[in-house]
Amino acid sequence: MNKSAWDNLHLAVTAVWLLAALYMIFLYAPQESTMGEVQRIFYIHMPTAVVALTAYSAAFLASMVYLAKRHRTADDFAYASAEVGFVFCTCVLVTGPLWAKPVWGIWWTWDARLTSTFVLWLLFISYLMLRRYLINPDQAEVLAAVVSIIGFADALFDYMSIRWFRTQHPQPVIAGGPGSGLDPKMQLTLAVSLGAFLCLAVYLIRQRVALARTARELSQLRRQSASKEARA
Amino acid sequence: MTGRWRVRRSPSSESLAMRSLQVIWAVFTKDLRVEWRNRETVALMVVFGWLVIFLFNFTLEPAGEESLRVLPVLLWVTFAFVGILGFNRSFAAERENAGMEGMALAPADAGAIYLGKVLANLVFLGVAEVAVVFAASIWYNFSFIPSLPWFAAIVFLGTLGYVAVGTIFGAIAANTRMREVMLPVLQFPVSVPIFIGAVEATTGALRGRAASEFMAGIRLLVAFDVVFLILSYLLFEYVLEE
Repeated sequence: MNKSAWDNLHLAVTAVWLLAALYMIFLYAPQESTMGEVQRIFYIHMPTAVVALTAYSAAFLASMVYLAKRHRTADDFAYASAEVGFVFCTCVLVTGPLWAKPVWGIWWTWDARLTSTFVLWLLFISYLMLRRYLINPDQAEVLAAVVSIIGFADALFDYMSIRWFRTQHPQPVIAGGPGSGLDPKMQLTLAVSLGAFLCLAVYLIRQRVALARTARELSQLRRQSASKEARA
Repeated sequence: MTGRWRVRRSPSSESLAMRSLQVIWAVFTKDLRVEWRNRETVALMVVFGWLVIFLFNFTLEPAGEESLRVLPVLLWVTFAFVGILGFNRSFAAERENAGMEGMALAPADAGAIYLGKVLANLVFLGVAEVAVVFAASIWYNFSFIPSLPWFAAIVFLGTLGYVAVGTIFGAIAANTRMREVMLPVLQFPVSVPIFIGAVEATTGALRGRAASEFMAGIRLLVAFDVVFLILSYLLFEYVLEE
């Protein structure tokens, strides 16, 4: 099978999986007893959060690999993961308040998890903005890798520091949250949804890496043809 | 001349350490000398810090117990803004005068150059902070004297961490368009743990609580300082390469 056939297969699997997840979220999973229908956002909220964290960690690992080995692909992968992770992190920050408003009665609270997710979102932004604003594009890979590594260390730090301090305040009660009392049908729905989002994220990252490679080849060809014309 | 720059084949670890110290000292004194000759950066930082404190005072008008609640936050927000000014200047000048290339080409450990820059920025921000605290003490009618030892220690630890990341980010932001905007975008998210720890500890210290009550904040600052000084020391080499 050639490369584009694999891509199409991946796309098809992702589409079917997402549809299955959608069906399970809205029709298969039982209604939650206290929160009602609104709890179904959980099956989107939590998987997107997992994807965002995984993507950020992947960008960090790829940045380490880039600094050590200088493989262009490692940098492409770091950039792609950061972009995809940013989109998913934004989803977390949108679905969170949508769920919080009817359940907690407030859109936002500076609770440990909310704050660290927000900081993660800011770290994504700073990484992506840096790549856009560098004067000399040749430096982009190295400087972005440095920022990604510092940002990852900071994300760990944030997570701990916010836990130490902010959780001294009582946390809002998350009735029926990801605890022990999850119904088997809910567990299955969550697993299917998580798989679907991971599959989607991997698909997007692969496409983004391929796009970066094509863009580089194109600019190389342009340079070659320009130098040929200059010689002719 | 050639003899002076001959590279020693197998320098002992002791001479390497000496060499690093020399580089740190050279960069540090160079920055201080430049600053002493034009007196631009620190003056700008002090005036800007006073303006921020003044604006806060003017809009919040805190008094008594209220000022104790507001003051730690206000001081750290001011330090954060003032620091950004200093870090931006620190490498903007290097870039304008091809200092970055010079540092990259110098037969010196990049980490040592980083530490020299950290020391210089620490001094600049420290001077500005003293001026800011002095002004705050007068305008808010608040005496820092009773809690001075702890307060000074907390400010030092928080500033050290802030300078540790600010120095490497300043070097990175110097390579971007609109670096004045890029630096805070890089710096503020990463500094969140510093602000959490520093505000917590400063509040405890200014209220005259027992040190054990705000030790968690101080521990957080120390951990941040150690982790990010080492990390930036190791990564600075990559920032200098062109």
